Amino acid sequence: MATVAAVVASTHHPFYYRASTATGEDRPPFADEWVSKIETFRETLTRAEPDVLVMVGSDHFHQLWLDNMPQFLVGKAPKFDANWYNEEREFGLPRMTLDGEEELAAHILRNGLDADFDLAFSNELRIDHSITCPIITLRPQADLPIVPIYTNIFAPPLPQPKRFVQLGKAIREMVEAWPEDKRVAIIGTGHLSLELGGPRQFGEHGPDPEFDRKAVEWISSGDLEGCLSEVSLDSLHQPGNATHGFMDFMLMMGVAGEGEKADHVDTLDLFHTMEAYFTWYPNGVPQGAAQ
Amino acid sequence: MSKYLLDKFLYTVDRDPQLVERYREDPVGTVEWWEAEMANRILNCTSDENSTWLAFTDEERRALQEHDHVTLFRMGAHPFLTLTLFIACFERDHGPLEYQKAYGRAMEHITLPYPDIAT
Repeated sequence: MATVAAVVASTHHPFYYRASTATGEDRPPFADEWVSKIETFRETLTRAEPDVLVMVGSDHFHQLWLDNMPQFLVGKAPKFDANWYNEEREFGLPRMTLDGEEELAAHILRNGLDADFDLAFSNELRIDHSITCPIITLRPQADLPIVPIYTNIFAPPLPQPKRFVQLGKAIREMVEAWPEDKRVAIIGTGHLSLELGGPRQFGEHGPDPEFDRKAVEWISSGDLEGCLSEVSLDSLHQPGNATHGFMDFMLMMGVAGEGEKADHVDTLDLFHTMEAYFTWYPNGVPQGAAQ
Repeated sequence: MSKYLLDKFLYTVDRDPQLVERYREDPVGTVEWWEAEMANRILNCTSDENSTWLAFTDEERRALQEHDHVTLFRMGAHPFLTLTLFIACFERDHGPLEYQKAYGRAMEHITLPYPDIAT
């Protein structure tokens, strides 16, 4: 059976690539600290020695559109081309091609459907920065096969927060039931408080630092009960109009498990949004890993 | 009023480098052309299978033709689509993040709850 080598949850900040590669006057003052935190975060995945990455993210109106919008979708293909013209234009992101792990994708589709998750699928999916940002930060060599799983946090009506948690728990169980002797890391990215295209965007901090503080506490302590008791589709409008991306963090809390404390927790307070990084080792901290 | 058609305009223009430039330079003509030629195109179908019923209201057409992102927000156009396209059109005329901050300031008078963007 497969082993869950690591569970990793992160914000996905499309500015990281440009900030981390900029030099001279173009390099922002926060870049060095950001790179340092990312390199430490990357090491938490490297030490887990994964063979396969399950990547949870959300299409930002790239391939998935309002004429045909799935709530949860699994990519099953031998290859995934990645990043889009408007991401090159706005963020300077490079085009990439990642290998797919089709057997695990088929396993998740079959068993997910049998567990009452009506998963959509795609055999030709061009993935976007919700998945390539964590590749860039956590596995820049982009050498491992992936199973992309997209959630709809973007085009309401959205699934309820509890459904994200339930799907996370199911993904964990399905990966652990995959009859292959592989080490699988489950990685998902979302947002803390975030405003896009509204009056609270691009401030000195994220739009709601108090929500961010509580969110980091919920995630790092695995407090699903507390999180679910306070977070609803309506409440997520308050911290910022793009904060429904937090539900991907809730999905990852479902993967990690109720009450499971993260083995690695870090944050970085940037303009516009707070960055947050979490790693759990369900089967123990890999030997030699620093705490 | 059709939030969907506003979003469809923003989406299809934003993903096409030539249309982004055309919308920046000639918003009136681009919106007229798009409504006539593209509004009824189902994106993964051939033109023989176009829809027959999609059109802007006068107010929607005017907001797009005047690059009026505040009105688009008020109408419930998806804020991510509007922001992304408008950054593509106008960020180049400003210093780093100046445009994004001004874009937010132009909506300072808008309070919660924001206009509904749901389908």
